[in-house]
Amino acid sequence: MFESSLKQLGDALRAKKISSVELTQCYLDRMAQLNPQLNAFITINPEMSLAQAKAADARLAAGSADALTGIPIAQKDIFCAKDWLTTCGSKMLHNFVSPYDAHIISQFNNAGAINLGKTNMDEFAMGSSNETSYYGPVKNPWDTARVPGGSSGGTAAAVAARLCAAATGTDTGGSIRQPAALCGISGLKPTYGVCSRYGMIAFASSLDQAGPMGRSAEDLALMMNVMAGFDERDSTSLQRDKEDYTRDLNKPLTGLRIGLPKEFFAEGMGSDVAKAIEAAIAEYKKLGATIVDISLPNSKLSVPVYYVLAPAEASSNLSRFDGVRYGYRAPEYNDLADMYEKSRAQGFGAEVQRRIMIGTYVLSHGYYDAYYIKAQRIRRLIAQDFVEAYKHCDVIMGPTSPSTAFKLGEKGDDPVQMYLSDIYTIAVNLAGLPGMSIPCGFGDNDMPVGLQIIGNYFNEARMLNVAHQYQLATDWHSRAPKGI
Amino acid sequence: MIPYQPSLNIVFAMSLSTQDVEKVARLARLAMSPSEIETSRNQLNGIFGLIAEMQAVDTDGVEPMSHSQDLAQRLREDKVTESNQREAFQAVAPQVEQGLFLVPKVIE
Repeated sequence: MFESSLKQLGDALRAKKISSVELTQCYLDRMAQLNPQLNAFITINPEMSLAQAKAADARLAAGSADALTGIPIAQKDIFCAKDWLTTCGSKMLHNFVSPYDAHIISQFNNAGAINLGKTNMDEFAMGSSNETSYYGPVKNPWDTARVPGGSSGGTAAAVAARLCAAATGTDTGGSIRQPAALCGISGLKPTYGVCSRYGMIAFASSLDQAGPMGRSAEDLALMMNVMAGFDERDSTSLQRDKEDYTRDLNKPLTGLRIGLPKEFFAEGMGSDVAKAIEAAIAEYKKLGATIVDISLPNSKLSVPVYYVLAPAEASSNLSRFDGVRYGYRAPEYNDLADMYEKSRAQGFGAEVQRRIMIGTYVLSHGYYDAYYIKAQRIRRLIAQDFVEAYKHCDVIMGPTSPSTAFKLGEKGDDPVQMYLSDIYTIAVNLAGLPGMSIPCGFGDNDMPVGLQIIGNYFNEARMLNVAHQYQLATDWHSRAPKGI
Repeated sequence: MIPYQPSLNIVFAMSLSTQDVEKVARLARLAMSPSEIETSRNQLNGIFGLIAEMQAVDTDGVEPMSHSQDLAQRLREDKVTESNQREAFQAVAPQVEQGLFLVPKVIE
């Protein structure tokens, strides 16, 4: 049952072969057994999950079930969920029981899905290894001495260890794709504006985007049908017609043009990763695709541009945490300014404070044009490279991450080394394009390798088709970590 | 292609002083001890070394990009759409009294 797809689970529930309460209890038992060694969840609330399951069973009995009704889905702890502790991985929100639902949470509730728990994450989604969480690091189910990636590392570990049927993530610079790659699962970051950011705790608002993480492209398509859609409460939500993201899954790939950016295959990528990516490209050729050599000359500037723009927007967004209206307040202080300074210094972890400092500096008087505006200009150059590339190809492929999962503590002391692990994913956020990662083999130490698929704007259904056809021809996505 | 040159611009080449970092910490409302200021200074200088790469890029005539879809800001009718949920929202506040958020005395 833990290997069943979302479609199989939905069919079983509608055929009354299993009830949602039974299914949810199976997952809760598995979480109780395995979560202590993985630390993938910050909050588990069996009572609330089972109450939802009971309601789902009533809906199933009434014959008004949707595709995901009754299916247990885990939610990244960045999404506000009414009456659930919502921490965003931070001490700052250690006591924040959300008074309202994020749009994404409402969408899953309306679909009748079960909220199975809130997954661990890097604090305020700032990190690539899940080591910045106030609630302790998540362990990679393939090797618990290694990181799961970040920031959606709890989600990735939970999906890989079969602790939930599927789960949500968010991606500002690679936070869905990189942990998906490092944990051997599938993840999709949609086009910026496709999923509402309402109630999703803000990191860098011009880059943040929610998306699904699961065990197959087919599962991601069903999740997208729930998550995507216009929401007037998010000023950057896009007004578009409702799509069925499963519609193209079964189309053949004959004639597909795959662009390979030479910059993604230059130095920096591990030889074990390169081998798995090359094998995946060879498989696509067998499926009827043709290869086009392309160039993204400005993509190498993505990391510096990102580390100006994201901290700048973060320093502005995180100014709301002042110890007055919600969250942590220091126990002792002298006056108002002292209360702000101590509450923020004690409530935020080191990485979050570092990024607030960078952002405050680049936005301060005299530096705004030299840093922030300059970075925004280069951002356009990076986006234009993709526009040019898509004149010659349908999708772009390359590695998701330069290496497989590294060991806990390995990059802890050097922020620059950690930032460089996002080198292949960041350009996609800057351009606002959809990107995904699917498992395509194993590298050194038998750790999973992820293939990144980058699509043109709003081409999610096509990308899911491209991923699904590969997953019909290979079985990397159905491999499970041993001993889990 | 982007012409790559060594960074010469003063803004990018300079490293932050202790006073600079203290000023940023004050603007960011983050209490920091002298040793934390020093750690922060070293890490920020490392990160600004990474960022300095931007300086060599010719961006003359390139419009800054804030969002990928260049859309106009959506407007809505100027009317009240939210109901009052003061009790629910104040339930998560550190200190409230009679419907007000309490902070340390500001006016003597």
